[in-house]
Amino acid sequence: MTATTAREDVAVPARKTGFRTLVGNLARDPWAVAAATTIVVFVLAAILADAITAITGVDPYTYNQHLLDGRGQPIGWGGGISATHWFGVEPLTGRDLFAIVVYGARTSLFIGISATLLAVLIGTVVGITSGYFGGWYDRITSRAVDVMFGFPTLVFLIALMAIIPADLPRPPFIALVIGVFGWPGISRIVRGQTLALRERNFVVASKAMGARSWRIVLGQVLPNVGATIVVVASVIIPGMIAAEAALSFLGVGVTPPTPSWGRTIGEAILWVRTSPMYLIFPGAALFLITLAFNVFGDSLRDALDPRTARR
Amino acid sequence: MRLLRYLSFRLLGILVVLLVIAVITFAIFYLLPSDPARLACGRPCTEANLERVRQYMGVDQPWFVQLGAFLAGIVAGREFGTTVSVHCDAPCFGYSFLRNQSVTELIGERFPATASIAIGAAILFLLLGVIGGLIAALRRNTIVDRGIMTFSIAGVSTPVYLAGILAILLFGFTLRWLPTSGYVALDDDPLQWLSHLILPWVSVAFVSAAVYARLTRSEMLEVMGLDYIRTARAKGLAERRVIGKHGLRTALLPVVTVFGLDLGVLLGGAVITEKVFAIPGMGALLIEAVSAVDVQLIVGLTLFAAFLVVTLNLVIDLVYGFLDPRVRVS
Repeated sequence: MTATTAREDVAVPARKTGFRTLVGNLARDPWAVAAATTIVVFVLAAILADAITAITGVDPYTYNQHLLDGRGQPIGWGGGISATHWFGVEPLTGRDLFAIVVYGARTSLFIGISATLLAVLIGTVVGITSGYFGGWYDRITSRAVDVMFGFPTLVFLIALMAIIPADLPRPPFIALVIGVFGWPGISRIVRGQTLALRERNFVVASKAMGARSWRIVLGQVLPNVGATIVVVASVIIPGMIAAEAALSFLGVGVTPPTPSWGRTIGEAILWVRTSPMYLIFPGAALFLITLAFNVFGDSLRDALDPRTARR
Repeated sequence: MRLLRYLSFRLLGILVVLLVIAVITFAIFYLLPSDPARLACGRPCTEANLERVRQYMGVDQPWFVQLGAFLAGIVAGREFGTTVSVHCDAPCFGYSFLRNQSVTELIGERFPATASIAIGAAILFLLLGVIGGLIAALRRNTIVDRGIMTFSIAGVSTPVYLAGILAILLFGFTLRWLPTSGYVALDDDPLQWLSHLILPWVSVAFVSAAVYARLTRSEMLEVMGLDYIRTARAKGLAERRVIGKHGLRTALLPVVTVFGLDLGVLLGGAVITEKVFAIPGMGALLIEAVSAVDVQLIVGLTLFAAFLVVTLNLVIDLVYGFLDPRVRVS
């Protein structure tokens, strides 16, 4: 009896872990909350694009030549900002810029998130299997990861845009190509964690009890790298969004008339002197969503990393 | 002797990697649904003509023969056609039939502009990033640190082209300090070369310096807490020396590693910058090639970029060995 009480006295301060604590920690971090709010707003805008643009009855495809002057410039202040056209209209075509930005969020987030999911899937499979099974398979995949890390990925992405069949929808293909090039980082991290887990007692015990490899991988290794995968995913999303925007900016990504922030920014170069708003709205949208994901990723990493928590 | 063995081992490894990259790239573009011969065949394009063009280009052969010819071309140069032949000198990265020029020649014309952007920007962002990160680490948790870190997360989140366009708007159109587009070769006029490149350098550097500032800061904070730094201070070294000679030298090692991995990103940044500032470099050439579906040019440029980056990576790896005494010993 006495022994138990004595032990309670010297009990180690409990280090709280788990999903709820994590959410609690994040909720106390004002930067994380602001970033999460921004992300939610953008995701909602992307999902509800039809409903939002229906308020003023605009869409990103209709030409409004009557809102432009003879040289194709929008008439009025701030690139033709009005009660109907909240962000003004596009030079030369008179299409509604607000609708283009809102539907652009759909393109951007769709490609960014699907590419991330694909990269996470490939990275996790390769990382867990190479870490768990080791041997020559591990040596080859690790070398491939090393090479892909320093690769001129953007150059390859641009080159691959030439072979996308013209009659198929481009956004899914772009997501596919970006995702296929995006997995090495995840694979390296997951492999490292798997190597450490493989030596842990519960895994060794399972093995001793005769569990099959796939059972250990799925039932014990995967759940334990889950949190890491979530963090890494949130850290790589902005890179995926940026890749699509860069391709579209260069004129080899999403093709018209599908709205894309990158392409609009690319077109805005020609008009930046006379209609700066045409650049500023899609540019700000791209900057904000990237910033929000970066800030949120940082906070998530801090909340999960015991090293930074101690400081 | 041991160094020589290490070097030859590494070189062999690089050759294998380059070969694998060449095979994969070639395989991807061999599966291309479009027909390069048809594009180059001219009008009217009869079946007989098309067959002749195919034969001339060598695309009538099975893919492994084409791949063999391509690889041999890189090492020893290559002839296309038999009667009216074009010669492509080694290293031959292919021949653009649309432009009637060898890819190597085209790269030779366009590469200086791209290299100018990349090298200048790299020097600028390494300096800015390391100095910024160092100051932030030494003034940790002060307003200076927060300022630098806020600036750097903004930089990380800004696409290169957005930074470029804003720079054009501010320094080019509003202040009228610098030209906003075009490229002048270094041999033609060094001063013009410089003035045309300052804005591209600044835009790439703004975005990339941020990464290095964050990295240098966190490494510096980690290193300055280590025992040997305390020893250095305890034996009475001046703080300047402790930071410069003991702290920074160790903190810079990961910076070198990351820089090696970032070469591909740097090249990508240069490609994007070329479009913003209308600089006729390799990136512009690649985009023209993609738009025209000039397959030989696309494959040649992509492989050249991959070869360049992988080889430079090796160089940086070796430099790392000289910087880090622990690596040199083992």
